[in-house]
Amino acid sequence: MRAELVSGNSKVSTGAADETHLAISGVSKHFGGVRAVDSVSLLVRRGGLVSVIGPNGAGKTSLLNMISGFYRPDTGSIIFEGKDITGYRPSQVAMLGIARTFQNIALFSGMTVLDNIMLGRHVRMKAGVLSSFVYWGLAQKEEVAHRARVEELIEFLELEDLRKQPTSGLPYGLRKRVELGRALALDPTLLLLDEPMGGMNQEEKEDMARYILEVNQQWGTTVILIEHDMAVVMDISEHVTVLDRGRKIAEGSPNEVQGNPAVIHAYLGTAAERREAAE
Amino acid sequence: MSDATTLPRMLRHNAQTMAERPALREKNLGIWQTYSWARYYQEVGDFALGLAAHGFRRGDKLSVIGDNRPRLYWAQLAAQCLGGVAVPVYQDSIAAELVYVLDHAEISIIVAEDQEQVDKILSLKDELPGLKLVVYDDPRGMRHYEEPSLKSFDEVRGAGRDFAASHPGHLESEIDKGAPEDLALLNYTSGTTGHPKGVMLSHANLITSAAAYAAAEDIRPSDELLCYLPMAWIGDSLFSIVLNLLVGFTCNCPERPETVQRDLRELGPTIGFAPPRIWESMLSSVRVRATDSTPLKRKMFDFFQRLAERAEPLKGEGKPLPPLTRLGLAFGEILVYGPLRDQLGLGRARWFYTGGAPLGADTYRFFRSIGINVKQVWGATELSGLATLQPDGEANPDTVGRVLAGIELRIAEDGEVLIRSPAVCLGYYKQPETTRDTFGEDGWYRTGDSGFFDQRGHLVIIDRAKDVGKLSDGTPFAPQFIENKLKFSPFIGEAVAFGDGRPFVAAIIAIDLTTSGNWAERHNLAYTSFQDLSAKPEVRELIREEIRKCNASLPAASRISRFMLLNKEFDADDNEITRTRKIRRPFVAEKYAAVVEALYNTARQVELSTEITYEDGRKATLNSTIAVDDVEEARQPAREPAYA
Repeated sequence: MRAELVSGNSKVSTGAADETHLAISGVSKHFGGVRAVDSVSLLVRRGGLVSVIGPNGAGKTSLLNMISGFYRPDTGSIIFEGKDITGYRPSQVAMLGIARTFQNIALFSGMTVLDNIMLGRHVRMKAGVLSSFVYWGLAQKEEVAHRARVEELIEFLELEDLRKQPTSGLPYGLRKRVELGRALALDPTLLLLDEPMGGMNQEEKEDMARYILEVNQQWGTTVILIEHDMAVVMDISEHVTVLDRGRKIAEGSPNEVQGNPAVIHAYLGTAAERREAAE
Repeated sequence: MSDATTLPRMLRHNAQTMAERPALREKNLGIWQTYSWARYYQEVGDFALGLAAHGFRRGDKLSVIGDNRPRLYWAQLAAQCLGGVAVPVYQDSIAAELVYVLDHAEISIIVAEDQEQVDKILSLKDELPGLKLVVYDDPRGMRHYEEPSLKSFDEVRGAGRDFAASHPGHLESEIDKGAPEDLALLNYTSGTTGHPKGVMLSHANLITSAAAYAAAEDIRPSDELLCYLPMAWIGDSLFSIVLNLLVGFTCNCPERPETVQRDLRELGPTIGFAPPRIWESMLSSVRVRATDSTPLKRKMFDFFQRLAERAEPLKGEGKPLPPLTRLGLAFGEILVYGPLRDQLGLGRARWFYTGGAPLGADTYRFFRSIGINVKQVWGATELSGLATLQPDGEANPDTVGRVLAGIELRIAEDGEVLIRSPAVCLGYYKQPETTRDTFGEDGWYRTGDSGFFDQRGHLVIIDRAKDVGKLSDGTPFAPQFIENKLKFSPFIGEAVAFGDGRPFVAAIIAIDLTTSGNWAERHNLAYTSFQDLSAKPEVRELIREEIRKCNASLPAASRISRFMLLNKEFDADDNEITRTRKIRRPFVAEKYAAVVEALYNTARQVELSTEITYEDGRKATLNSTIAVDDVEEARQPAREPAYA
């Protein structure tokens, strides 16, 4: 009875399994003299779970910011579901069903868990200011329907006991979970996760990995994941892209990437550099 | 009502006579969903036929494992509709415990709450050849299981609807075939010694017990009950199934175990049951919140609490209260007592039981004084539930109350409580010898508890009869009595007292991590873990003080002389306590033999290597050195004469 509703309301992809969901081609972003992202291309199939990894400052978050519309790319294009969304505003991107979480938690700390997640549904609400104010007719019906969806997410993320708690008092791992809930409240077809496991302990990481896998497999949501924990990345992603200093230096299955000398170099430096650093 | 002699017939009866009244509620997506009696019967019937379609026959056994979910209750009644037996098991049992019960009871079908429980059962599959079907309630995470013997609740229910179409009248005729003497429930008691015993309870046992109880207590069809205690415990079967069917009140399943406190507040149940540890944790949370609030509120709380606690003994003796006190209490009701009861979710409670273990007098007095009708009850799985009850107005923390009508109770010469009643079970499953020893030829059930009647005719339980021993000088020694006194201290979580055949009483104590940790924080004492905190000299000093207070209320000869703080909590996963939190004394004495020796020689410390079991069954060893302390510093060990 409980989970029927969750899966019933979710958006399972209808397209072919290898249909391209997001195509990024040759995007670059410069900040003054710094090339944060330098002509990076990336293809993500519908329903895929791909990771973007790389050392600090490699341009991972900048890439995500371009997809979600925070940055306008200097060059290149971003095609989402066959539609060119290069240079769209964040609100427009959200309307299309792309949701994200942030590296540094960006919740409204004075609001409750419930309200924070409810906020994620804002783009899906149509009632105007006036009708919402009198809470009548469409506004009321809408609110009830959205609340039902939010309750499904609360159940999915096992947050029932925290519904009415302000997020400010919650431990870090739980706030990350609430943030995921808010992103999922958008009913996204593409979910962008910026270090969802940063600063978590092993148990919290395992929980988070389980939620991500369930969203991906059960609901068919495409996921792009930035993560530093290599064990998690190698365990759950089907495709890994490696960035270093704004450039793509490798991509492939987790196994291929792990053995790639360029990747090892990017992370660990050459043997000579390591000796130097040691001294 | 005359034909309602089995549980399924009672359900059918209720579905006819009060079809639209609420039987059961659960919280789904944050909203309480109500199931009427008609719906309840429909669900049970569909699932029963689904079981029939999967080959479940009369006398077969079905087990349920999980938190209190409506479907797990339905599944039990469904099995009983077909003349089968319900075997609820503790949801937190580890795999090794589970396999014993499931194998011993010859379970053919298990209904499990969720993936966690299913995984546990599938891991035991090879050891359970009789197991034919595993049914799960919550489909979450179950998509990729390719196990032919695994079905969802909905699949089985669907199969039941198909079966109904091809076998009209099957359910009715199966229910009609059931007899009151049929075995209905096999309830495994987590014995404090050896393997659990399967207590066989018939429909007649359960129904007589419930009827005797309902006649003695003020219990109404409009009552609301929150079902949050383990389903494998007889009390839950009695209230959430049998009394629910008999009286027709409403059972409410909490959303999750973590939300019980909040659900309690939302519902405001009118009746209920809470073991002492829940009362104690409620009290400490009230105290913590009072301490953390504004000075004005704190003063008000302190003032009215003292006032109420002073007035409580007078009320208990039926003496008139001074007018000023009455006025104060009236103000207190508006300002403190009423709001407090409401905050605790007990605002509408007409009575709330405590039982299973004695409740500390302070805790008891606190709740009585703020106007909660806390009463003590006593019962046993073998009695299908309760045997004694405190009538309103005769509540008292030291007794367990009066014997219910229809139950014969006498005290044997050695002090053991004996009971004869139609509610006494059919015996232990597949254990004829133990059955003979416990129930005897004369029909008297040996409860194993020793007790006596006080002047008012209330039963007082002292201890487990077999635990009562003698110190080496002949002083009687009742370990549980001493342990309970110790556990009244908020800083002590568990305690085991030793003394039988020994020169003095000594105790192994496990601190209460929450309260002791809180105390440590308030005293700027940094600690990392349970082990670390237990080893702090300041904490040892704190517990020593607590023991002194406890000693003051004990006869001189049974005072605790030496103690040590264990480096871990007593844990059911390590077999040290039962799932109902009773100390498994022989096991503990054996496991900690080295420690017990150290308590009785002059050692100041002892090396302890303990094995701990994680929830998933993995084991690890914990090594540490533990200090052994004398309660009274100057005291020399008994057998060492103090030379001048």
